[in-house]
Amino acid sequence: MHEQYVTLATLAVVAVVLGGLILILNRILGPQKWTKSKLDTFETGNEPEGDARHRFSIRFYLVAILFILFDIEAVFLFPWAVVYREYIGAGLGLFMFMEMLVFVTILGLGLAYVWRKGALEWD
Amino acid sequence: MSELMLNPWIRALFWGLVMITGVMTVTAWSTWFERKFAGRMQSRMGPTLVGPLGLLQPIADACKLLQKEDLVPDSADRALFNLAPVLTVGFAMGVAAVVPFTPTMLAADLDVGVLWLLALSGLMVFPTWMGSWASNNKYSLIAAMRAVAQGISYEVPMVLAIMVPVIMTGTLSLSDMVADQQKNGWLIYRLPLTGLIAFVIFFLASLAEANRIPFDIPEAESELVAGPTTEYTGMKFGLFYMAEYIHTLLSSAICAAVFFGGWDGPIAPGLHWMLLKSVILFVFLTWVRWSFLRLRSDQLMNLCWKYAVPATLALIPVTAFYTVYAAGKGGV
Repeated sequence: MHEQYVTLATLAVVAVVLGGLILILNRILGPQKWTKSKLDTFETGNEPEGDARHRFSIRFYLVAILFILFDIEAVFLFPWAVVYREYIGAGLGLFMFMEMLVFVTILGLGLAYVWRKGALEWD
Repeated sequence: MSELMLNPWIRALFWGLVMITGVMTVTAWSTWFERKFAGRMQSRMGPTLVGPLGLLQPIADACKLLQKEDLVPDSADRALFNLAPVLTVGFAMGVAAVVPFTPTMLAADLDVGVLWLLALSGLMVFPTWMGSWASNNKYSLIAAMRAVAQGISYEVPMVLAIMVPVIMTGTLSLSDMVADQQKNGWLIYRLPLTGLIAFVIFFLASLAEANRIPFDIPEAESELVAGPTTEYTGMKFGLFYMAEYIHTLLSSAICAAVFFGGWDGPIAPGLHWMLLKSVILFVFLTWVRWSFLRLRSDQLMNLCWKYAVPATLALIPVTAFYTVYAAGKGGV
């Protein structure tokens, strides 16, 4: 029953081990003549100005919040989508359809609200 | 052989190795193909020197990258910097497990294959972010911000678009989806044609997730040097590059399976059809890549949130309604 997951785990382990081996091979085969300027980060060829770990535009956080909202709502639809045809078979198709319609309408209203609020403008 | 294959551990190891070897090989030569194709589109020859038609170019590339100096910037976060390229290949490769090539040639027939696929493509943004943040480079950081914003935005239409095949076939397993298409017709032309629109959106979203032109602002080389991989040298860069191709190839294969009937086709064995469809989609992707300009950041986000998301939200009720309606008429 769960043997597919053994395959998944094996695949993951083999892929990661392979990636690691390639990097180790690179370490062995490549030259290692490190100098100060080689180990600097790249910034137009000048000395780097300060650190790159700064605060950054709020836009991207807004996208992240929208993503979480919509993705989680979408995930709720998956169980519905899987059993939908069974319910149609049992004669409850229209009921299930209306249930989903209510859900998707709310999602759509949410999108419209976000849109109206200007969260989707990128200036 | 068949007795050995009954042991789940041996079977798992076998499939793990076969999939990885196969995907790696195809990936290597898909870079050759892409360069040749790009060359021809721009009236150049592409690779010609290494082997006949430049066919040994990928091997030469790999040897070259392996001999490059492996640099980790002083100010970088070493652990994350080294972990990112390995993880990105791991995540990209993970998708290979659920791609149904034929009913039997399928590493892991998960009954939640679609979720596995979506989860991994969602995870793909992590190594990019991890590597860029760890590099402590401003270009990388901005590029990673763009990549993450784009990756997670396009995850939404992707999830909603793949709902259409799930409603039409009533399963989350990719192999069952193909089996259903074998019986009732491919989703790409099955009424009410929502499969076609879903395919277009899914395909665009997977292009965006792989950061390929026209969605490659994270790597806009005129602004951001080399994007998230600016500080990466040698094979570490190679792994990122490889992951991008693996991702693109497997996206083509997934689209072929979910929307184009996978192994379904006349005369020739199923595997041939599946590979043929995947290759056609990959060629199409390459063609798109070398024909279009990159979109601006705001255009990209508009396309996602103002067109793709509302469109997919509308597709779901339409598909569902047609399914009920057709059932009422005595169909499925």
